[in-house]
Amino acid sequence: MSHAATHDQHDDHHGAPKSFFQRWCMSTNHKDIGTLYLVFALVMFFIGGSFAMLIRAELFKPGLQLMQPYFFNQLTTMHALVMIFGAIMPAFVGLGNWMIPLMVGAPDMALPRMNNLSFWILPFAFTLMLSTLFMAGGGPAGGWTMYPPLSLQSDSLAYVVFAIHLMGISSIMGAINIIATILNMRAPGMELLKMPVFVWSWLITAFLLIAVMPVLAGAVTMLLTDKYFGTNFFNPGGGGDPVLYQHIFWFFGHPEVYIMILPAFGIISEIIPTFARKPIFGYKAMVFAIASIAFLSFIVWAHHMFAVGLPMGAEIFFMYATMLIAVPTGVKVFNWVSTMWGGSMTFETPMLFAIAFVILFTIGGFSGLMLALVPADFQYHDTYFVVAHFHYVLVTGALFAIIAATYYWLPKWSGRMYSEFWGKMHFWNSVIWVNVLFFPQHFLGLAGMPRRIPDYNVAFANFNMISSIGGFLFGASQLIFLGVLIHGVWFSKKKATDRVWEGAKGLEWTVPSPAPHHTFEVPPVIHDDELAHGHVND
Amino acid sequence: MGQQHDAYFVPAKSYWPFVAAVVMFTTVFGAAHWLNAEPGDAGFGKTVLTVGVIGVLGMFFGWFRSVINESLAGDYNHQVDTSFRMGMMWFIFSEVMFFGAFFGALFYIRMFSVPWLGGEGHGTLTHQFLWSDYAASWGANGGNGPEHAGGAFSTVPAWGLPLLNTLILLSSSVTVTIAHHALRAGHRGKILLFLGLTVLLGALFLNFQAHEYIEAYKELNLTLHSGVYGSTFFMLTGFHGLHVTLGTIMLAVIWFRVLKGHFNKDHHFGFEAVAWYWHFVDVVWLGLFMFVYIL
Ligand code: HEM
Ligand SMILES: [Cu+2]
Repeated sequence: MSHAATHDQHDDHHGAPKSFFQRWCMSTNHKDIGTLYLVFALVMFFIGGSFAMLIRAELFKPGLQLMQPYFFNQLTTMHALVMIFGAIMPAFVGLGNWMIPLMVGAPDMALPRMNNLSFWILPFAFTLMLSTLFMAGGGPAGGWTMYPPLSLQSDSLAYVVFAIHLMGISSIMGAINIIATILNMRAPGMELLKMPVFVWSWLITAFLLIAVMPVLAGAVTMLLTDKYFGTNFFNPGGGGDPVLYQHIFWFFGHPEVYIMILPAFGIISEIIPTFARKPIFGYKAMVFAIASIAFLSFIVWAHHMFAVGLPMGAEIFFMYATMLIAVPTGVKVFNWVSTMWGGSMTFETPMLFAIAFVILFTIGGFSGLMLALVPADFQYHDTYFVVAHFHYVLVTGALFAIIAATYYWLPKWSGRMYSEFWGKMHFWNSVIWVNVLFFPQHFLGLAGMPRRIPDYNVAFANFNMISSIGGFLFGASQLIFLGVLIHGVWFSKKKATDRVWEGAKGLEWTVPSPAPHHTFEVPPVIHDDELAHGHVND
Repeated sequence: MGQQHDAYFVPAKSYWPFVAAVVMFTTVFGAAHWLNAEPGDAGFGKTVLTVGVIGVLGMFFGWFRSVINESLAGDYNHQVDTSFRMGMMWFIFSEVMFFGAFFGALFYIRMFSVPWLGGEGHGTLTHQFLWSDYAASWGANGGNGPEHAGGAFSTVPAWGLPLLNTLILLSSSVTVTIAHHALRAGHRGKILLFLGLTVLLGALFLNFQAHEYIEAYKELNLTLHSGVYGSTFFMLTGFHGLHVTLGTIMLAVIWFRVLKGHFNKDHHFGFEAVAWYWHFVDVVWLGLFMFVYIL
């Protein structure tokens, strides 16, 4: 993801970055900052992944084999926090940073210095959070949701809360930047309803981020004061209520899961038209569906709390509201399939991941619908069924979309084609092992195996062993990804053309590959036929 | 530095963002150590925290100074101005949501958790099994929960200092608007007068709030430990007070900038941003006055 070869001749405007520090720590360049985000996300992906390997190793057989339960709980907590805030979200911000200015014809992000700050907060925040693993009392072990009173028992709370504050500040600034870029920096001719769906999805995601990250900050601040300053927000003895925490957390938490999937929707809506060689089916419907999902995501939070003992009216309201989300989600799936229908398709690696996304994400959506049923959720809640659900939407959903996007745009970033053979190896290994890993977890959950417990009844042994084997092999498959990336960035001999993919449309394909350090320094004049959605009339 | 041709402007490289990340980390790292320190050995955490806070202040000073210099040099075109404005507006929106979390907690506690603990509606079992003698009510008799956390207390009457503070903040919103109009009309003296008044009103508000806190702690036994009443009272008014402090400092900075001749009638984003922020702080206070003090 480096373009060292090109930046020298292009960076003269501001004085070429003389040193490593100048280029990477003082950057105001959306491409360099995007690269930083992506590399950071990749590192976090492997750190979080190593936690997952340890979890699956412990769960390989019934009984305690490798670690104490308390450490196991630290692993599940840290795995989630690292993957959500360290891998998935920064990866999307990195993709947004790289691609949004290129897609709307802007020279850079609207607020480039703040952009750099948004990134640089993250390594520090994660140092703070991960350092707790090496402290006397260990890391946080109460789950990524940090429910009190459990989460209040650990001394690591202060570190985690502050780390979350930092991540929140970073996300909010990143989101503000993206909104300002999209609303203020578009080149003349790039009307809102001609923007790529990816840009639309980020616009709406950024709104969600600004709306809910502060709420999370408030929730964890209350945890902090409850533990260290003697407030009683979550203590019934003082008139508070631990369930209050869950309400505030999930008011953040549910929009958060859409923060992790809407940009993925955007990515898939870019890739499928390219490889089906057809414009997206129902452009406006796609945009509208994203907007309605975002709206609905604010009124469904209590579906995470069905089993906590809510009043009946609330259970019913949240059940129906949740099921309503399936409608716009269904519209999206329908339109992706219709885009492929009758297209002249080819199956390069990005397209393979995109198709797997459509199928496997839909499975995750269906298990979500099952969980949305209050009486069913009384049984499924806090079992491996929930684990299976959210890994289908997050791994085969969000993560597959990120991987697809990486294959799709890597040639534009590096100027070299990755190895299609090894890309496909990566795909087939991933898609097979991810299902071996997560599909049996549905059965475990339905049979009653609880989540977040290091030991289990021998009745669950077979499925757990299968799941662990799938997990190890899925983890190993990601090393292929690493290899393909290293090769595709530095070593591949095959140069990428400017358009890269035969069917690709949109402004980002009109600039050279690799994209020069500065693009669109003068607002480009845009013609509708250069745009993927220039002739929208449905 | 930035190329002026046509429309686009990209700022030059800067080390301030990186410095900002470092000092923010130093601050919270120190704070976390300090919170977990054994009684008597808070030294390390406190030192790091102090260094961090000084660093943050220095960073703000340095970063803003360089931005102001660039602005005075005429580097920022109309498009940059719009980006700044959007940035500030969405930042204020994020602040609204932050306060929203605490207001939400207040409403939930008053509408649900306290009545339920008193045996009403949905939460009867907790009441029956744990605290069957708890008669739920808000305020002095019951606002600190069934275990009377923090001991008996009385509340701050709305129609004393809080009312005065409401009037102060409302008038400060008027003065800042007058100053804004004066800026558009180019009357420097008038700006300085009314902006100065705004700063003074802000300081007066903070002064009265300090009095109120001292009275609450010393005479009313209303403290942070007074159950959820104390928690919501001090967290809401406290975060608001912090914002007033920040706003007052920002207004003061703007006052000095006006004194030095900065801003003109169509180039005064800094002024407007601070004015918006001030109005926002004002609106939050109206919510507080209503739901924390009166009701
Ligand atoms: C059709 C759409 C969806 C529905 C109806 C749905 C429904 C649900 C329900 C009811 C739960 C709570 C289960 C329980 O704890 O008992 C849940 C959990 C979860 N969902 Fe979904 N979901 C949907 C889509 C998604 C998407 C798109 C994502 C993320 C990309 C997602 C991520 C999660 C996560 C992370 C959890 C578990 C949180 C935790 O307890 O740690 N869901 N979902
Ligand atoms: Cu949800």
